Amino acid sequence: MFTSLKRIIRAGWTGFYRNPGLTVATVFIMATVIFFITTLFLFNLVSGILISNIQEKVDMSVYFKEDILSEDILAVKSELKGIPEVKDVEYVSKEQALEKFIEQHKNEPVLMESLTEVGKNPFLASLNIRAWQASQYEQVTNFLADSSFNNLIEKVDYYQRKPIIDKVFLITSGVNKAGIFSGIVLGMIAILIAFNTIRIAIYNSSEEISTMRLVGASNWFIRGPFLIQGIIAGFFATLFTLLITFALCYGFDSKISVIAPQISTFALFISNFWILVLIQLTAGIGLGVISSLIAVRKYLKV
Amino acid sequence: MLSLHKISKIYPSHADGSPIVALDNVSFEINKKEFVSIVGKSGAGKTTLFKLILAEEEPTKGEIFFEDQDIQEIKKSQLSILRRRIGTVFQDYKLLPSKTTYENLAYVMEVMGATDDEISRDVPQVLELVGLRDRAYNFPEELSGGERQRATIARALIHRPEVILADEPTGNLDPYHSLNVIQLLIKIYELGTTVILATHDKELINRLGKRVITLDNGKVIRDEERGRFIL
Repeated sequence: MFTSLKRIIRAGWTGFYRNPGLTVATVFIMATVIFFITTLFLFNLVSGILISNIQEKVDMSVYFKEDILSEDILAVKSELKGIPEVKDVEYVSKEQALEKFIEQHKNEPVLMESLTEVGKNPFLASLNIRAWQASQYEQVTNFLADSSFNNLIEKVDYYQRKPIIDKVFLITSGVNKAGIFSGIVLGMIAILIAFNTIRIAIYNSSEEISTMRLVGASNWFIRGPFLIQGIIAGFFATLFTLLITFALCYGFDSKISVIAPQISTFALFISNFWILVLIQLTAGIGLGVISSLIAVRKYLKV
Repeated sequence: MLSLHKISKIYPSHADGSPIVALDNVSFEINKKEFVSIVGKSGAGKTTLFKLILAEEEPTKGEIFFEDQDIQEIKKSQLSILRRRIGTVFQDYKLLPSKTTYENLAYVMEVMGATDDEISRDVPQVLELVGLRDRAYNFPEELSGGERQRATIARALIHRPEVILADEPTGNLDPYHSLNVIQLLIKIYELGTTVILATHDKELINRLGKRVITLDNGKVIRDEERGRFIL
């Protein structure tokens, strides 16, 4: 048993290095497929970060009437924090709202002048609410409308923002769906290409396989070396892809940060290193083994 | 040891639809430790007969028994056990192209489950026996026709099978090597192996003085102890 295993592994390895042309081609095709799967995975991560970034920027504000005390507003705040859809609530007092306005518009004399003309702080105290997802703002709004403190509220700006929030919601779910769909389709194409390459490689050995059968080799003794070759090819393809992924993540790090400062591809690579290795190894070795098994089966019929 | 019962093999012809009858109602029995020659013109059905014995192909009609076992009843996955008991010299050599001569012989021993020591002891000996010691580390495509033929003979006998099927083992050899090979087959036979030799070498058969089965157009036309080559 052990001797057989040793012989199968040795035969697989000799088969791998004795046929350099075919081996390089197979490894290259497999590497392309693995790289492709890796790219899909990284793209998913990056789009996830971008989507959550956009969602972060979406919020709604609840403005309270002029004479409401800050204690009452804080009580509403703590109540809002209790509902599961709400991620974060921030209290902005009248004074803070004014400061913020001045800070933002200090270079616009027209606005500043009109502010002095009003003579008093025209801003209302507000609660700035962030939900986990864009789709949840509707529920928060409904909660506010039905609540006991509805009469404290001057206005909720959700209705002005609704079109934007809806759009963000639509885009993010669209991106997700398109990502999954194209991932599945392109992944299938890639797997089929790799499978065919391996099949052609084994087709070369079809006569050899039937001769092995005729001299009395058992099916596993014939199949084994091809499986080992598939595993070795998958392993090398993984190594190769990992290097390329590393180089690309490192090289494009600064360039991508220019477009999307919140994303560091290199940091992504490092923090997901083991998951990447696992995905690539599974893809590589899985492809190698399954394609070899299916391809050899055809010639074992003698 | 081996008995054929009313074997017929008919190949469908793709060209004009009329089927080709390779073997027609062939019956004979071969005993243990017998040396049998099967003679006939090319196309008489010798190679087909060997293919049926190895269960590489199935007969259209009839049964083949190896000892008491109907070989068509053997499951595909169990055929390897039958084939390990038979050593075959293929007319078209069928050496494994990706392995050296040494590895081709070692492969059969590995299949049999021989130990590494047995392999490193037996393979050089058998290579020496067929005069291929210098070619041990060459690949089949680097060998001449005669060398390939001797390599396939070496492979057929290295694991000491119970039966040797030799399909035209001297077809590509000069008289000197032919004689060698036949002497080798006789020696193996004398040591207790059943040898079935297919050939169209008239002189060789006449000199052997052993049992001869003559095939013509897929039929057995003669089966004689101490036969001669008559067509």
